[in-house]
Amino acid sequence: MAKQPSKKALQEIHLNMVRIRRFEETAGRMAENGKIPGALHLYVGEEAVASGVMQHLTAKDQITSTHRGHGHLIAKGGVFKLMFAELFGKSTGYCGGKGGSMHVCDMNVGMLGANGIVGGGPPIAMGAAFSNKFRKTKDVAVCFFGDGASNEGSFHEAANMAALYKLPCLFVCENNGYGEYTKQANHQAIVDVADRAAGYGMPGVIVDGMDVMAVYEAAGEAVDQARKGGGPTLLEFKTYRFYDHVGVRGMGLTYRADEELEIWKARDPIDLFEKNLIDLKVMTQRKIDNVYAAVDAELEEAVEFAEQSPYPDPAELLDNVYWEEGA
Amino acid sequence: MSEAEQLEPRKLTYLAAITEGVSEVLKEQDNAFLAGEDVAGAGSVFGIFGGLLDEFGPKRVIDTPISEKGIIGLGVGASATGCRPIVDIMFMDFMGECMDEITNQMAKMRFMFGGAVNLPVTVTTMSGGGRNLAAQHSQCLEAWLAHLPGIKVVMPATPYDAKGLIIAATRDNNPVFVVLSKMLVAEEGEVPEGAYEVEIGKAAIAKEGGDFTIVAHGRMLHEALSAATQLKALGVDVEVIDPRSIQPFDTQTVIDSIKKTHRALVVHEAVQFGGIGGEIVAQIQELAFDYLDAPIGRLGAPFSPVPFSPVLENVYIPNADRIVEKVKETLGL
Repeated sequence: MAKQPSKKALQEIHLNMVRIRRFEETAGRMAENGKIPGALHLYVGEEAVASGVMQHLTAKDQITSTHRGHGHLIAKGGVFKLMFAELFGKSTGYCGGKGGSMHVCDMNVGMLGANGIVGGGPPIAMGAAFSNKFRKTKDVAVCFFGDGASNEGSFHEAANMAALYKLPCLFVCENNGYGEYTKQANHQAIVDVADRAAGYGMPGVIVDGMDVMAVYEAAGEAVDQARKGGGPTLLEFKTYRFYDHVGVRGMGLTYRADEELEIWKARDPIDLFEKNLIDLKVMTQRKIDNVYAAVDAELEEAVEFAEQSPYPDPAELLDNVYWEEGA
Repeated sequence: MSEAEQLEPRKLTYLAAITEGVSEVLKEQDNAFLAGEDVAGAGSVFGIFGGLLDEFGPKRVIDTPISEKGIIGLGVGASATGCRPIVDIMFMDFMGECMDEITNQMAKMRFMFGGAVNLPVTVTTMSGGGRNLAAQHSQCLEAWLAHLPGIKVVMPATPYDAKGLIIAATRDNNPVFVVLSKMLVAEEGEVPEGAYEVEIGKAAIAKEGGDFTIVAHGRMLHEALSAATQLKALGVDVEVIDPRSIQPFDTQTVIDSIKKTHRALVVHEAVQFGGIGGEIVAQIQELAFDYLDAPIGRLGAPFSPVPFSPVLENVYIPNADRIVEKVKETLGL
């Protein structure tokens, strides 16, 4: 059994969940208002997964993320200002405006990038885990991916190699029931992605991804196991995105029923957790309200920073295509 | 070292030069390792990595599953986190299995991340026909790679360059593909002991001449040199340039030669349409149009997959005789 989280850990998890929710709501609004160019894949509804898993990781542990990656970066220690500046395409952003929403990264906190390619992350995380073992560190590499990505060959090759070499690697499947716009039942013949773990000789664990305490507990055991040299685990978190594949619309979608959304929204991971926190007397409603107020203030400042920041100089276009001596 | 050895420069095969290059790298760089299909126990096809497992042990010379996406992913993830891996894609044709990892991850990670990451990863791979291995084990696909901003591509044609370019590739902080030629494994040439670099992006003048320029890389360098000997008998003094590096490409050396010879032929083993030759020709005409006395010729493989039957394959792959014919055509001989 993993050890129970401290009061401080519970508060940190809650803070991360709120940070992700409010960031995504704000970003969605900015995109609707035309302030953010391009496409946004928002993480609203799935906050428990990133927050619960990341609570077990240090800044030296690495993660690879997905096209729905803001939540992973925030939970790993991402800075709002740098994120918003990147989403706005400004030179002060995480990638100097070269990456945008689908490529935000922060090497200082071990975030090896959101990834626009479904299934792009697992081979890279496996490589990072190989590096950790090769360099004899105690660091763990975690790849986040969806039910859709579990049909990509890249996932299978990475899972096989991670198990074969007993790497400190975690495969975290955020099963939100849809591969882009296609229902899980229409893209794979299985219900539980975790079943696939057996094919690679690693444990597969199914967890309620709306219950952050369950996420925290399952991830804790898998991370401990990986850190001790016990090899990889496939964790499948059953979760749901409240919005569309892209953008902020949640209702009236052609490919999923509003009733289905309502059922999942009734188990909003943040509502569930806040109720729990109050019941356990970890936080009062007032303390919770203060968290939102502080996060909103930070967001306001970050948006202001992004808006005031300059766009990249066109002369920077060719910078960083290659590493260059002295550049 | 004996007196005789000091007088006679040491000769190695292309194959032995590859092995020695990787060995130097593993000796020099603690965070380097070699991983790929059959690289350890079997020393890979043709034995290019033979003996490295015994020399460096299984922690640094690693057999992988037949999983090219995994192999390139291993190189990307490990190089992003403090290692300097050499990963091997046994045959260049197998790149089809991992083009996402090459195109969308390896090549552009540094750019997308605004320079936040370096990927000091080297990919070795074996290219070319001539061994009757048919359409899926014989291709030259360097143009695919050279088209991708963010990676470098070198194609050594001599033992000296094979060793020196492998070492240079592993010291580079960018992803570098070292595309080897399977027909050259027995080719002998001078190779110094110890570690040395051949500069990536610098062409070699393989033979000086004043009448005509032939640009040819990889195995085609040797066909071009042989053609130059035949043409000498016809009174044509050919200069042969080996680009060695496809990306970046040393345009200047080619232009300097053409300013002298005023005529050129670009030769490669890859399919002519969309091959790197088209790019080289375009650069020459943009930068040296006024120096040209004739249209620049191109010679590549016909627009077909590589055939199996030796009779067909011989027709398919450009050779010295066909190079001579093309040069004569250009000169009106």
